[in-house]
This record gives sequence, C-alpha cells and structure tokens, in this order.
Amino acid sequence: MIEKKELLNIASLAKLKLSEEDEEKITKKFNLVLNYARMFDELDLENVEPLVNINNLSNVMREDEPMESYDRETLLANAPEKLYGCIKVSKIIE
Amino acid sequence: MNTLDLFSLTLHEIRDMMRNGEISSKEVLDSVYGRIEAVEDKIEAYLTLTKDYAYEAAESIDKRRLKGEKLGDLAGIPMAVKDNISTKGIKTTCASKMLENYIPPFDAHVFEKLKEAGAILVGKTNLDEFAMGCSTETSAFKITKNPWDLERVPGGSSGGSAAAVAADEAYFAIGSDTGGSMRQPASLCGVIGFKPTYGAISRYGLVAFASSFDQIGTFAKDVEDCAIILNYLYGYDEKDTTSLPIEFGDFKEALNKDIKGMKIGLPKEYYDKGIDGEVKEMILDGVKVLERLGAHVEEISLPYAKYAVPVYYIISSSEASSNLARFDGVRYGYRAKEYKDLEELYVNSRSQGFGSEVKFRIMLGTYSLSSKCYDTHYNRALKVRRLIKQELEEAFVKYDILITPTYPTIASKIGEKSEDLVAMYMSDICTVTANIAGIPAMSIPCGFSKGLPVGMQIMSKAMGEADIIKAAHAFEKNTNYYKNKPTL
Repeated sequence: MIEKKELLNIASLAKLKLSEEDEEKITKKFNLVLNYARMFDELDLENVEPLVNINNLSNVMREDEPMESYDRETLLANAPEKLYGCIKVSKIIE
Repeated sequence: MNTLDLFSLTLHEIRDMMRNGEISSKEVLDSVYGRIEAVEDKIEAYLTLTKDYAYEAAESIDKRRLKGEKLGDLAGIPMAVKDNISTKGIKTTCASKMLENYIPPFDAHVFEKLKEAGAILVGKTNLDEFAMGCSTETSAFKITKNPWDLERVPGGSSGGSAAAVAADEAYFAIGSDTGGSMRQPASLCGVIGFKPTYGAISRYGLVAFASSFDQIGTFAKDVEDCAIILNYLYGYDEKDTTSLPIEFGDFKEALNKDIKGMKIGLPKEYYDKGIDGEVKEMILDGVKVLERLGAHVEEISLPYAKYAVPVYYIISSSEASSNLARFDGVRYGYRAKEYKDLEELYVNSRSQGFGSEVKFRIMLGTYSLSSKCYDTHYNRALKVRRLIKQELEEAFVKYDILITPTYPTIASKIGEKSEDLVAMYMSDICTVTANIAGIPAMSIPCGFSKGLPVGMQIMSKAMGEADIIKAAHAFEKNTNYYKNKPTL
C-alpha cells in the first residue's frame, strides 16, 4: 500500500500537483499494480540478467558531419511565449 | 458499381480499379469523405480532417496517372493516421490538452514513406491520451464509438484508427502498439491489426510512450491489404537507433501459401479463467480451421505468462516517466497561464496539461525508478522480462506460430470498464507478451459473439512475420469474417 505522504512526494518529484479526485484514483491504481508486482517475490531472480536492450543492438553512431537543420522561426513556431527570437521563461536569477 | 459505394471496397480492389482507369483518385476520395460525412457524427474516429490537403494530393496523383506514370500500390489510397504520429504542418495532439495546438515541423518516417508512395491522409485519429489506455476513453477531446455498437468502446489506444477502418472511413490506418494498442482495438472493431517485430518499422516521429515497447503498425480490411501496407512501412531508418538493419522481403509472397505441416502452439495460460467462454470457443473454432488445412496443433504451457502484466506496467511506466519529462511548458506544448516562478511553470503546466491516467503512469514510473524501489520494482521487472522472452524463444524453436485470444471479452460499454480497475488491468493480458518479447503479432477477425467482433491473435518469433501472414491469409480465405460490415 502506498502512503499519502509518499504519493505526494512522488508527485512532486514528477513535477505534478494532484487534485483530490486524481489522488484517490491514482492511489487505487498504484495499489493494484504494486499488489500484482508482489508476484515477483515467488521467483528466484538472483542469477537472471536484467533485459534492457531487446534486440541487442549496441550504440549506433554516425559520422560527425554538419548538415541542414531547422531554422529558428520553424523551431520557435510552437513555443508558448517568445521574445527577441528566443523562448521566454520567467526570471531564474534574482 | 455506384461510385458512392467505393468506400466499402478493400485497398487492393480500389488499387486495381484506379490502375484500370475505371475510377480516379479524386472519385475515391469523394466516396471516403462522403462516408465520413454520413457516419462520423456517430463514430467520432477523427480528431482532425485534412480535406484540402487530401484533395490536393489526389489531384496530383490523378495527373501523374494520366501522364502514364506507373504508380505503386498505395497511390491515391485514402488513409488515416493516429494522432501521436507526427505530420508536418498538421496538428498532432496525442489526444492531450498538452499538445492541443502542437504542429510538428517534420514528418514521422512512416508518414513520409506513405506520402512518397502516394497514400492520401484523410485525417488524424483519436486515441487514449498519449496512447495510455485500452478504450480511447482517456482522450481529452472525444469518445470514439465502436461501429458495431455505438454504446460500446472501440478499444484502444488506437481506437480511432480501428473504428475508422471498420466504419469504411479509410482504407487503412496507421497506429502504434505499446502493449496491444493496435491488436486489441482491431479485435473489438473486427479488422486486422498488425504489430511488427521490435525495430522493423522506424518510430522516428512517433511521440514516445515506452521506447522499449512502442512500435508502429497498421490496421487493414484484409490480409492482402495488410501485406501490401507492411511492404511500405518496413525498412531501416538511421533516425531510429533501434531500427533493424535487415531486409524483410516482399510480404505479398506469404499470401496464398499452403499451411500444411505448420506447427501451432496454443499456450493454455491464455485460455484460462478470465477469458469469456464464447470468445474462447471462437478462437478454438478458428484454430480448427487451420488444423483442417493441415496445420499441427498442440497445447503448450508458458508459466511466465502470468507475470507479463506487472512487468509491462512497471517498465512501460518507467519509460513513460522519462519520455514525458520533456513536456514542461517551456519549448512547446501547453503552458499554464498562471505561475510565479519556473518551478510553478513546470508543475502547473504539467498538472493542467496531462489527464489523470497519464499522471498515474508518470508517477508509477517515477516511483519504480526511485532509489528506494529501483531494485525491487524496475530491475526485477527487467529480469522477469528476460524470463518471458526466453520462454517464448524456446516455444518458437518448436512452433511456427502461437495462437491466443486477442482480448478476453467483446467490447465493453462506454464507461463500464474505466471504473473497474481489475478488469481494465487484466485486459492487456493477452497482448503485452508480444511487446515484452519484441515479437510480431496480428489480430484477425474470427467470428462474432452477441453480434460483436472477436479477434484471434497470431504471434511468431522475431522476424517471423511471413508465417503470421501465411496463416492469417489461409484462415481468412476459408472463413471470410472480414466481409461482414457494421450497419451504420
């Protein structure tokens, strides 16, 4: 079972604020999944390697060559606020 | 034929008529938009229609054809694309308030390929928000209805794409599949849904949910159409680092093949309690069809299958938590109107932009990756993932394909399952294994229970898609369930 305090801590790590309704729903879902995950207890996993890379492909590199990219205007088209050709955010240094 | 009914034909039938000069691409498009006008109010499969764009494309195809240019299978074929696949200059919302006004500056690799092949985008389809869900009910914008019963869900997350094809609002539709998001809605809407081998189709331009599971695939009206479409989607792409540098060949060559001697395994864990009796019967009847055609069928056991759902939830949510960190209200997407500093800008934008299901997945992932839970949850899930993958690889040494139900039941009523958490959770049980192991799988219509479609799932080893198409085509030719259409 997940405690309210822990749930709220996770929300804050994930940069989320929960409404009361969300909190209730998410707690229920959390407990359901965590409960199912307890099934892993019955397995001996000590000598099993975690599977991270499904096709065993190693890092894919390419030559470091300059190529065409997007212009500033295109990239800024979706920015919520702009100023002087930059993305505007609130002041971060006092 | 009345050109008004063109929408009800298959892709290959329409292709042949266009090639023979019987109809133009514009006439085909007229028919499809006419159909959309007639039924879309009831179905609500689309989030955006791209009419101007589509007519321009159709005109260009018709001109090229008139000039005598030899065009490929997809030239002039109207299609739908799930709204989590980037389309340059056309809104791509992921059915989320977070991306409500987002217009990608680039095309997804698959969309670029389809455009090059001459396929025509008629619209972008609805989905569960960020593809998280199995009913399309978590969409921030609309509830898509199942064309077979408007009070029921189409499945999800690619519910809009599946419903569009089932309702003849497009000849085929592209979707994505992270835990069953193509096969499950295909099953509930009575169409074909195909998820490829991990790495076979580039995900460049697909808005990422869980990168070690996500794959792009297609919905089709019949197996021949599916093989044709896959030919255009497959292939190496340097822009997706998980892309497989492998040639898969022409999938059409797997059509019309004898399946005598094919070895089929029926993993008994997938026919267990929780699977509706009538659904189970229909799958077993389907298997009998293949047996009559000369396939060898045996029951097998996959003891690790029961761990698949928690493995899927923990790993996919962990990846989602990392992938969705990019939505911070800064560079693109939703930005909250009110905030007092940068921290609040992040928190308010994310809290207002994401729906409840997405918040849950992000938080479950954040939790599983936290230092306290990393070993007990994330790392253990990765270990069990290996066991599940190994178990399947061993099964495929002996069997060419495995057959299971795609989904434990027929489509549920709208609102019914979203409240029943256990049922919602268990609904992924048949489909997630293929994503966990990175293997290809298809759902093909295999009958009707209470007037609603049931899908049979065919899985093969990685890169074994030809076996799936071979079996599916043999099955289809001897059953013809795909010919049934919903009354709308």
